[in-house]
Amino acid sequence: MTPVQLYVLAGVLLCGLGFAGFLLTSHLLRKLMAFNIMGSGTFLLLVGLAQPNNTPDPVPQALVLTGIVVALAATALALVLMRRWYHLSGRTDLQGGPGD
Amino acid sequence: MMTELLLDLLLVVSLLLTALCALLAQDLFRAVVMFMAFGLLMALAWVRLQAPDIALAEAALGAGLTGVLLLDAVSHFRQSDSGAGSGESS
Amino acid sequence: MKLLLVLIAAVVLTVVLGQTAWQILAQPTPVDLRELVAEAMPDSGVAHPITAVLLNFRSYDTLLEIGVLVVAGMAGLSMRAVAPLEAPAMRTSDTLLQALLRWFVPFLLVLSAYLLWAGSDRSGGAFQAGAVLGATGVLLRLGGVPLDFLRPGLMLRLGLVLGFAVFLLVAVMGAIRGDMFLAYPQEWAGLLIVVIEAALTLSIAMVLVGLFAVAPAQATERDWPSREGKR
Repeated sequence: MTPVQLYVLAGVLLCGLGFAGFLLTSHLLRKLMAFNIMGSGTFLLLVGLAQPNNTPDPVPQALVLTGIVVALAATALALVLMRRWYHLSGRTDLQGGPGD
Repeated sequence: MMTELLLDLLLVVSLLLTALCALLAQDLFRAVVMFMAFGLLMALAWVRLQAPDIALAEAALGAGLTGVLLLDAVSHFRQSDSGAGSGESS
Repeated sequence: MKLLLVLIAAVVLTVVLGQTAWQILAQPTPVDLRELVAEAMPDSGVAHPITAVLLNFRSYDTLLEIGVLVVAGMAGLSMRAVAPLEAPAMRTSDTLLQALLRWFVPFLLVLSAYLLWAGSDRSGGAFQAGAVLGATGVLLRLGGVPLDFLRPGLMLRLGLVLGFAVFLLVAVMGAIRGDMFLAYPQEWAGLLIVVIEAALTLSIAMVLVGLFAVAPAQATERDWPSREGKR
């Protein structure tokens, strides 16, 4: 088993883990973390699959670099929305809303 | 060669374990700390995948800024909400 | 029931994904992007392949990416909470943090500038520099330093769109000169990339600090009086 295969496997497992976590947890912060874990798994897959002999390939690496920055901005925006939601409803999950 | 593979294996196992802990920890604060540890380990993984640029960005963003943002949110939610952190539903 | 269904779905997803990944790894890559990048490197204006890909070969992606960041920043601003920037809760009197700030902030600023400059020939570039600069801003904000430029106004708007605007301007200039959209004139490529990167660094940092600063501050009881019984 080569190192790249190992990291690709890790990426696959992280995807599965994040997927299950995203659907099973109800606290929004945990959902966000699960989603980020799934994203990290995807990034590992994207870079790992492109360099089977572990010689660096700049194209997927550049894509993942932009991906990480966008993921962080999305996380920050999600946190702003989450806190606003908490202000309005006093809840940290999505069951029910201020209207009911 | 063998030791390097062992190191990779250790790194991958700890990646998966920290991710699992971040999702399963009862305490929200602990979950966020685990998630930050996960970010740092990801940075190491990028170094092993010959991607120093991504490692730099991941160390600054994934571990640093995400951690600050999430911890800030935890303290925000906690203010009068202590004990409601366990998010597992059935 | 839901637990079981989701677990089954997750396992199926993992197995299918793993199998696909395994098959992709086993096949030889049809196109070797490394060689293509290496061949085009002399034309790119920089010496670091990742910077060349980000800001020259695939600059369209980067342009859209900074566009996405600006949209995220604006969406965050529209959620702006009523709490003022100098909310008492934000002001910290922690002497250790204050002392550390004096050491860290200049260091982080220099580090950010170095990363930006290093991007042309080794690891580094606008994204890492922007991340470090953003972290510096968040640190200042945590230390209770009033960051006046984060108030809604000209400075904030300019800072947010600067990277996107400069990038778009360069792209359109290329088109006006008769080249393709986003094509840099060969002899100016290096300089233009550095200018774009500097603007990108500022904007990325601005979006990150802005999104951190607009997050609604501590909720008070009167925000949701009907909360009892919901938990």
